[in-house]
Amino acid sequence: MRKLWENKVSRRKLLGGAAATGAAIPVLHELVPHQGLHGGTSAAQAAVEHHRQAHRGSGHLGAIGRVSARANGFDPHQIVRDFDEGTLRGGVREWDIVAQDKEIEVAPGVKYAAWTYNGRVPGPTLRARQGERLRINFTNGSDHPHTIHFHGIHRDVMDGIPGIGAGNIGPGESTVYEFDADPFGLHLYHCHSTPLAEHIAKGLYGAFVIDPEDGRPDADELVMVMNGFDTNFDRANEVYAVNTVAFAYMDQPIRVKRGELVRIYLVNVLEFDFVNSFHIHANFFDYYPTGTRLEPRDFTDTVIQGQGERGILELRFPYTGKYMFHAHVSEFAELGWMGFFEVVD
Amino acid sequence: MEVAAATRTRKPPRWVAGLAPLVVLAVAIGLFVALDAPGLDRIGVPEEELTVERTVLEPGLIELHLRNDGADPVRIEQAIVNDGFVSFTQSSEEVGRLAATEVDVQYPWIEGQAYEVILLTSTGGTIDHAIDVAVETPDAGLGFYGLMALIGLYVGVIPVAIGMLWLPWVRTIDARWIRFLLAFTVGLLAFLGIDALLEGTELAGTGPEALGGAALVWLGAVAAYLALTAVDGWLRGRRKEVTGAEALEDGGNGRPLGDDGRGRPLGEDAARSAWRAAFLVALGIGLHNLGEGLAIGSAYAVGSLALGAALVVGFALHNTTEGLAIVAPTARARLSLRRLALLGLLAGAPAVLGAWIGASAFHPSVAALLFGVGAGAIAQVIVQILPQVRERDGRLLSPLVCAGLLGGLLVMYATGLLVSV
Repeated sequence: MRKLWENKVSRRKLLGGAAATGAAIPVLHELVPHQGLHGGTSAAQAAVEHHRQAHRGSGHLGAIGRVSARANGFDPHQIVRDFDEGTLRGGVREWDIVAQDKEIEVAPGVKYAAWTYNGRVPGPTLRARQGERLRINFTNGSDHPHTIHFHGIHRDVMDGIPGIGAGNIGPGESTVYEFDADPFGLHLYHCHSTPLAEHIAKGLYGAFVIDPEDGRPDADELVMVMNGFDTNFDRANEVYAVNTVAFAYMDQPIRVKRGELVRIYLVNVLEFDFVNSFHIHANFFDYYPTGTRLEPRDFTDTVIQGQGERGILELRFPYTGKYMFHAHVSEFAELGWMGFFEVVD
Repeated sequence: MEVAAATRTRKPPRWVAGLAPLVVLAVAIGLFVALDAPGLDRIGVPEEELTVERTVLEPGLIELHLRNDGADPVRIEQAIVNDGFVSFTQSSEEVGRLAATEVDVQYPWIEGQAYEVILLTSTGGTIDHAIDVAVETPDAGLGFYGLMALIGLYVGVIPVAIGMLWLPWVRTIDARWIRFLLAFTVGLLAFLGIDALLEGTELAGTGPEALGGAALVWLGAVAAYLALTAVDGWLRGRRKEVTGAEALEDGGNGRPLGDDGRGRPLGEDAARSAWRAAFLVALGIGLHNLGEGLAIGSAYAVGSLALGAALVVGFALHNTTEGLAIVAPTARARLSLRRLALLGLLAGAPAVLGAWIGASAFHPSVAALLFGVGAGAIAQVIVQILPQVRERDGRLLSPLVCAGLLGGLLVMYATGLLVSV
């Protein structure tokens, strides 16, 4: 008789990764204090459309509702074309970056206690020209120690890791990172405090573009940071996206012009999963790995990137219409990393 | 003078004094809540626990019935099936403590495949639910109830009736062997009782902890035991009043039931007590079979039960011995065919009822409680029968009785192996 229940027993409530122990453990809401951010949360709640109906057509998988850009304080549609060139002061290109703890909405209704650079995930896309002197004034407004580690060629003391140079920057402290923009290409920056995976996964990363001295051909330029969120702390992502918000470009496609050169700065900062990918429908693109050469390596419609890998894509859309792009890791696609280009005349 | 004082002060009625602490408690709670628990700050973080109580699968639809098992309200914001966000509807935006909600997930599931449903809450927490084998939940139509009734008949009513066919034989054997049979019955019942407790406890683990968990099983057992004891005491008391024949009261005096101590059949009062004993045995077994029916029905509903000849044969053998247990106490008394049929139905028919409930409205906590009730009833029946297996010299565990007890346990264990589906 007992065996009749066997399948039921295997269905005992599995919470917050308690599957291994078979015990029901409470899901921890947030492991960090939130500095009175809950006021923003209720505003977000109000702003988010909570249709609890199947508003999509049958067979169409996706999230329900919309994420409020206003409550989040950043909008994937704005981030995608937002390049921060800082300010030139006496021949030095300068940025102010502040680390902040902030609760953000990563999928409709789903909140995540993120750690951010300048209140957004991904952090600002920093853009410079090869050979320029760069200065980053970093202030840690978070409750936890952080750093900024830049990919590039520079001295160890400016590498932004614990124990060397300024090392960990404690809460309320600040430091200055200064180095030359080298080499040209598409890089990234991220926090390098330990535990490393946690500091990156919580949102402390951004794209770092160094243009070649002579620049690149004029184009409609987009930045796409492929990321994901482990909302239940089981060291696996529940939500995937480009530029943080799941399905952000499904409901509102990225609009581009037919025939115009489109350049995509594609960065993979996904934690916990080894690879990520980008696939464009009904089109092909030139691919420049890391953007450090001016000749494309590939002409393809799918590219795979490992953790921390990035590259530049160039393409033109010959036809008008709606064209899908998504991770060809289909699981990621259906968990949020999926969007549309809308090509218009 | 005392009287004068009493009338002068006009004492309030006594029930006021009994009520006063309750009033003070109510006021204290009111103030405590109104002042928002002065001096106590909640530490820690919200707990989100949802338990899936029931899963219903229809073409293109996965229906989950959930209960909030934690201390805090939960908001379900997204649903994921096999690593993909899916559309869904839910009956309430926020699920309060102990409240229930229904989540309907639109998903083109395929029969026979396994699915993992994850509900993502507003805090990013996840509630995982595995569907091991996707099978359409049977519609609760006439045909379905008919099928469940048939299963109940096969595993409950018919085997018990067959087992009762031992009655003519039981009537021919002498008192010693009747004691053996009664001991055999006790062993058999003990097995069923232990089985019910274990199964109920296991089931309770799948239901919401907040509704009582395993405590429900023991609560059910104790409640059933006490209720049956009270009913039994009341029946005896009434009979004494009617007949005034306390001397003929048996069962409690160590003499084998249905026997005057000299091996001769007894009269009407003994027949009555034999009927009562058989009735209690049948009731205990009936409650157990209710649980068995629940198990079969719910397993069938989730598609994890292969309804085959082997299963039915196994149950038939298992439950046939239950028929013997019912007739053993009636060896020395003449019971009408009508009463015998009633006993058989009481023991077997609950399997039909259980199968209906199990397949159409299964709830792990209710089922756990019912298993506990079955176990408690069985314990009460054992306590009723035990005095009757006592030897004339007052020994309870004579070698013969021990052999009977062991025999009952072993036969149930052996036939139980046949129903491990």
